[in-house]
Amino acid sequence: MNTETKTHPELSEIFNKDEQRVNWHDETLWWIRQKRDKSAHSIPEWEMLREKASQIKNNALSNLADYLVSFEEKALANGIIVHWAADAAEHNRIVHGILEKHGIRQMVKSKSMLTEECHLNEYLEKQGLEVIDSDLGERIVQLAKEPPSHIVLPCIHKKKEEIGDLFHEHLGVPAGTSDPQILTEAARQHLRETFLTRKAALTGVNFAIAETGEFVVCTNEGNADMGAHLADVHIACMGIEKIIPKRKHLGVFLRLLARSATGQPITTYSSHFKKPRAGQEMHIVLVDNGRTIQMGREDFRASLKCIRCGACMNTCPVYRRSGGHSYNYAISGPIGAILAPNLDREKYADLPFASTLCGSCSNVCPVKIDIHQQLYKWRQVIVQEGYATSSKKMSMKLMNYTLSSPGIYRTAGKAGRWVLKHIPFAVNNQFNPWYKQREMPEAPKESFGEWYKKNVK
Amino acid sequence: MKRIGLFIPCYVDQFYPNAGIATYQLLKKLGLDVTYPAGQTCCGQPMANSGFEHLTGDCNQLFVDNFAEFDYIVSPSGSCVLHVKEHLHTVNSEDQAAGIRKKVYELVEFLVDVLQVKNLKAKFPYKVGLHQSCHGQRGLLLTQMSELVAPYFSKPQQLLAQVEGLELIELKRTDECCGFGGTFCVVEEAVSVKMGKDRVKDHLTNGAEYITGADMSCLMHMEGILKREKSKVKVMHIAEILNAG
Amino acid sequence: MSRDQILAALRQNQPEPVPLPASIPLERIEALELQAKFKTMAEGIGSIVHLVDEFAAILPLIEARFSKEKRVLSTVKELVSAAIPAFELHADPHSYADVDVAIFKSGLGVAENSALWLTEEQMGIRVLPFITQHIVMVIPLAALVPDMHTAYQKIGEADYEFGTFIAGPSKTADIEQSLVLGAHGPRSMTIFVYA
Repeated sequence: MNTETKTHPELSEIFNKDEQRVNWHDETLWWIRQKRDKSAHSIPEWEMLREKASQIKNNALSNLADYLVSFEEKALANGIIVHWAADAAEHNRIVHGILEKHGIRQMVKSKSMLTEECHLNEYLEKQGLEVIDSDLGERIVQLAKEPPSHIVLPCIHKKKEEIGDLFHEHLGVPAGTSDPQILTEAARQHLRETFLTRKAALTGVNFAIAETGEFVVCTNEGNADMGAHLADVHIACMGIEKIIPKRKHLGVFLRLLARSATGQPITTYSSHFKKPRAGQEMHIVLVDNGRTIQMGREDFRASLKCIRCGACMNTCPVYRRSGGHSYNYAISGPIGAILAPNLDREKYADLPFASTLCGSCSNVCPVKIDIHQQLYKWRQVIVQEGYATSSKKMSMKLMNYTLSSPGIYRTAGKAGRWVLKHIPFAVNNQFNPWYKQREMPEAPKESFGEWYKKNVK
Repeated sequence: MKRIGLFIPCYVDQFYPNAGIATYQLLKKLGLDVTYPAGQTCCGQPMANSGFEHLTGDCNQLFVDNFAEFDYIVSPSGSCVLHVKEHLHTVNSEDQAAGIRKKVYELVEFLVDVLQVKNLKAKFPYKVGLHQSCHGQRGLLLTQMSELVAPYFSKPQQLLAQVEGLELIELKRTDECCGFGGTFCVVEEAVSVKMGKDRVKDHLTNGAEYITGADMSCLMHMEGILKREKSKVKVMHIAEILNAG
Repeated sequence: MSRDQILAALRQNQPEPVPLPASIPLERIEALELQAKFKTMAEGIGSIVHLVDEFAAILPLIEARFSKEKRVLSTVKELVSAAIPAFELHADPHSYADVDVAIFKSGLGVAENSALWLTEEQMGIRVLPFITQHIVMVIPLAALVPDMHTAYQKIGEADYEFGTFIAGPSKTADIEQSLVLGAHGPRSMTIFVYA
């Protein structure tokens, strides 16, 4: 499905055509939110932990240049080759260059949202290189030729029967297989073969330590480690905001990350890469791609604190009922909706409006990003930069005109309840999206104002 | 005696006068000096949440002109009160605006925190589901939020517990959004409706005869869905229940 | 080029420096019974835990449990027998692709999540704890700490080349959130905690 040209409301409407499926998607993610709650509630000092994490990230952002320099210096001393990329294109060229130097045509890759953001796979494929994603969920969406719909649970939108069909077609499992155990085993065999034959492995980075030059990669499957420890070349790609000052700060973040993401007490593997293994080449690519600009936006800077746990998606009542693909951006959900406009206000103008501003996202965020406040602020920016539709502009001006004048407001109210036509839930009443699936409120015989005038002396 | 300015949001004024009347009567019953300034219209939230906060200047000035003189401003809408608290600013009377931001209260928090009401004489012998409206809950902290690791409390529940005969039902999801969200309900029609249906279903499955809450906008949204589904279950603003009997 | 641009842009756009929070690690509010907590957490994420009174009890238990496996390796010199040869280092990590069981000794275990810390030295070779079909870990009771803060206190400024926390067998729930043990790494993890 070509989703490029459709807006969040349009894609959500398509997603909602199958209500049973929406129920299933919503319940699955809500279940993960409940696991997160249970896990968080097992830590009495949870809220203090979030506060500490937030403070560490604030410190990291406010000293990021120095921390990056320190990280680079230590990493170089540790024998890691460090690259800097201003944008996605440069990042992709750097990765390509490393592979070319070694004459490598095939690479195995573990989860990296950064490479999704940079569209690395498409780029390398165009150069005739093959990339195999090794995270099970990512492999599934790769076979389906789709982007991940969730940063932690890439194929959360797919049913096991659909995965069975994909594996039947691509991995040769018997038709009609849908047992997750059997499907996972098939992927294990297929990907083990991949791990054993690839000379280059790319991984993401969860945390990079300024003090030591090491970086930490967290997985449950062990795929990052299988790739990295078997390959001759390990390339780790990270956004520059992944830096944390000291090793001991991992204690705070590793307590929060998995509990927030899936409710696990910690991911199965939290691997600390400090030096390449004997005979191996290890690269790290530090990527900006708009982050320095976001750093300069005071209202939106805090979005760079994100540790990519996905908790805001799991709790978001909109995300659960619209699916990750409705966001049209590598990072979906509430956090995606505050990150994407930094890169392209026009293209992602609809995302900050894909929220009721309920605030649940900010409450589950382990680093206390004020996500819903930023959504509100992006709305103001997007409108002021001229990306609101003209009908919306007109109705808002008219509303303001009326609501600024009690006289006009009263007259309009009397004339068949002005609000019925012009308040937001009834604007654009030519199509009246309210009435499609909801009854309009009944207009009472008198307003409160009229009652008060009559009854209160 | 302290003077109370009654702020009745535009859609309550126009569609749900009974919620406004109940609020007025309830405050009078408690012996307070309550005035409804006739020149009021709206807090400006519908525009601001749509990204047009820059157009709300006149609206804000009007709000200040109407309410600056009162000791307290009380309103039966958590969402509108939160908006005033967070966004009421004016060019010419910022001091007064700042004062209002501090003295504006949602009805439930006013009853619980300021008046410390312990013994309401109300009677409402029905099974009631309480909808936690997001802005009242997460913005004004009317009820502890399920996401946080913190002791539970609920100001609306504290008041409903004083109502004779009222049976509060348990919900599967205690504080999920109903999907109204201002312009969201028309811009994101599909998701908004689905959220509303799911919220209503939770109340119906658990046997509610009435759905109540401190925000009429959420109740209006759920009412639209209940009526379309031809349900007999009704919505009622918490002020009407606290004023009943 | 890009390096200098990025750093210059950051120096331009960064906010005023804010201090790091004082007092990390945190004091745990809850008193923790280490051994019991460790066992509960480990079993909760799919590990098999044996609490043994003495180290000597471990080897027979491993031999019994894995008697049918073909290639068993031990990186712990006290846990070697006719059936369990000592690990030998080969430069090519691929040569361990057929390992069925690998045995390691950890010197640091975390009660709050049952994670065990291994450094490259303790692994023999980096790939081994991941490529083996089953993993066995032994850890002295005295090496358990309450939480990640104390764990990092203990790690301190150690100069490992590679280190990892391992908590349970490799797993995935990517298919409809059904938990499956044995994603790409070990299918099972057996832990011996000895006094």
